[in-house]
Amino acid sequence: MTPGTLAAPVLAASENEHRTFSLILFGVFVAITLFITLWASRQTKTAADYYAGGRAFTPLQNGLAIGGDYMSAASFLGIAGMFALSGYDGFLYSIGFLVAWLVALLLVAEMLRNSGRFTMADVLAFRMRQRPVRAAAGISTIVVSIFYLLAQMVGAGALVSLLLGVSGESAKIWTIVAVGALMIFYVTVGGMKGTTWVQIVKAVMLMSGALVMTVWVLSKYSFNPSTLLGAAADASGKGEKFLVPGLKYGATDMWSKLDLLSLGLALVLGTAGLPHILIRFYTVPNARAARASVNWAIGIIGVFYLMTLVIGFGAAALVGSKAILAQDKGGNTAAVQVAQELGGGAGSTGGAVFLAVIAAVAFATILAVVAGLTLASSSSFAHDLFANVFRRGRATERDEVRVARIAAIVIGAVSILLSIFARGLNVAFLVALAFAVAASANLPTLLFSLFWKKFNTSGAVAGIYGGLVSAVGVVLLSPICFGGKSATLPKGNPDALFSVDTVAPIPLQNPGLISIPIGFLCAYLGTVLSKERTDEKFAELEVRALTGTGAH
Amino acid sequence: MVCVTTEDSSGPGSAGGGLDNAAYVQLSESPEFERLRRAFRRFVFPMTLAFLVWYLLYVVLSAYARGFMGTKVVGHINVALVFGLLQFVSTFLIAWLYERHARNRLEPLAELVRAEVPAGTAGAGAGAAVDEPGTHAKNEKDEKEGRE
Repeated sequence: MTPGTLAAPVLAASENEHRTFSLILFGVFVAITLFITLWASRQTKTAADYYAGGRAFTPLQNGLAIGGDYMSAASFLGIAGMFALSGYDGFLYSIGFLVAWLVALLLVAEMLRNSGRFTMADVLAFRMRQRPVRAAAGISTIVVSIFYLLAQMVGAGALVSLLLGVSGESAKIWTIVAVGALMIFYVTVGGMKGTTWVQIVKAVMLMSGALVMTVWVLSKYSFNPSTLLGAAADASGKGEKFLVPGLKYGATDMWSKLDLLSLGLALVLGTAGLPHILIRFYTVPNARAARASVNWAIGIIGVFYLMTLVIGFGAAALVGSKAILAQDKGGNTAAVQVAQELGGGAGSTGGAVFLAVIAAVAFATILAVVAGLTLASSSSFAHDLFANVFRRGRATERDEVRVARIAAIVIGAVSILLSIFARGLNVAFLVALAFAVAASANLPTLLFSLFWKKFNTSGAVAGIYGGLVSAVGVVLLSPICFGGKSATLPKGNPDALFSVDTVAPIPLQNPGLISIPIGFLCAYLGTVLSKERTDEKFAELEVRALTGTGAH
Repeated sequence: MVCVTTEDSSGPGSAGGGLDNAAYVQLSESPEFERLRRAFRRFVFPMTLAFLVWYLLYVVLSAYARGFMGTKVVGHINVALVFGLLQFVSTFLIAWLYERHARNRLEPLAELVRAEVPAGTAGAGAGAAVDEPGTHAKNEKDEKEGRE
């Protein structure tokens, strides 16, 4: 979700009016969340408080926080924009993002809650030799989280300058620094408790904002979805093609179609391997509450994606693709532009106010997601790498939490620097890559750990590194990095990272189709090539995971 | 069966909820646990296969059968939209079915297994205090108190 053209006059006439409103609303959100964070810091005493919010959140609270962690700016602004510009194809994303939750619900959530403690690696290393598996899982956690984090922060820089109408590089840099500083504060001071409350507040804001927009858009079409679809198709200038899959993923060659399958596979299998999502299951008292919170999350996220469908088509119908493209070629401003239109159009006070409200919701969205990612990666650094790999399990919990706080500052600072350097690049692919790594490296190991008796240390290590290296490797050989024209990509990719002339060796933009089978295969081969058996630990894991005996 | 336990085994495995590994192995071989495992796997494995196939069918049709997906149903509503909305419906339905299965079947079976655990040694699942000698014991206690 990287807005491209920043040169265009931003949301023209109401610029100054809405900018003041936006800043005030955003200031209110920041003030509230800072207050919550300070309150949470006084409730945070033990390691379980810092890592897992004291395991005392209710299912509804955690369901909202999961939604707050998951519904990124990419899903709100990006998917609404995709509906607005490419019509139906936005649905391919949102459905993958939703169905993925069934993997988490049926196969992962309760068993993870029962058998783990603070991080994903707790479960992956349960049966295995601790150091190699925790090292691999810690590295994978940090890599996935940082990819995701970079995409969010670079997007935030571009987005905020776009929404506030301040152009120029320094505005982007200061936005990235401010977002980074806030996220470091939430995580180091508030720990899981503070971060969770930030996500809850954000989820409520996002759902309320989206609900108002949805009802408002539908009311313009007498609550008849067919009329809305027809108006969107007409305004798009593409007619009925706007309502069938294919405008964005439209090329008819073999690789483009495989690319679509590859994306779908990574989306549906990635969610249950995202560390920042998995650690949310530890914040509730028991497995039943973990299950209930996933059910809440499925309801919240499902309704949210249905609303983005209406908002996106509403943008296509009411704003029109020409006006959206004039703002941002990626369509990321579609949601805020339709807000302006609903409020009364450019130049009206109503338009400025509603635009400001939705812009503030978008900022809140970014902040809550980056905080969750920073927490997941710093927790894994402290609990997996520092305590179990470096100190071989002999660190005190006080030391661990201190290291977690330092790690959050370091990871935050590194992300700020990387985002500043990457701000001119198109990094939207990093979100899809994070899902692909999660699906290729984390999910095979997680599922084999929980369900396959013969699985062992070398299988876990091979699965994680194999999935990680293959997912990143395929992207390094893909049109994202090499943009040359080829038979399958007649237009080439002018934004290619390495070379715009060389033809990419692998013409897939999404690595999942190749890397997910490699991840599973490496985990399998690693297992059968090693003589180690973990049957007794597996028996213990199974009993604990299914019954909750001995759960933390 | 050979269980390899090396000197660097720590982490969650070491906090066994007052039971040692042998006790868990014994529990895992009990008929009660066997029933729980079967009831769990017989629900989640076929269901996972079903929704993955159903979802992949949707993606494959979106990629390869665009003519069919564009067939009008009512007004501007076409097969693609209905198919997409059905994915939402099936997701909500499966979540609800699983919740029902977990409450009616899995939780009572898990309760039976926990009843096999010697009194006073079960962990959070049975609501008893964790009391294990070793480095984690104190922290566990802190954690429990921190909840209040």
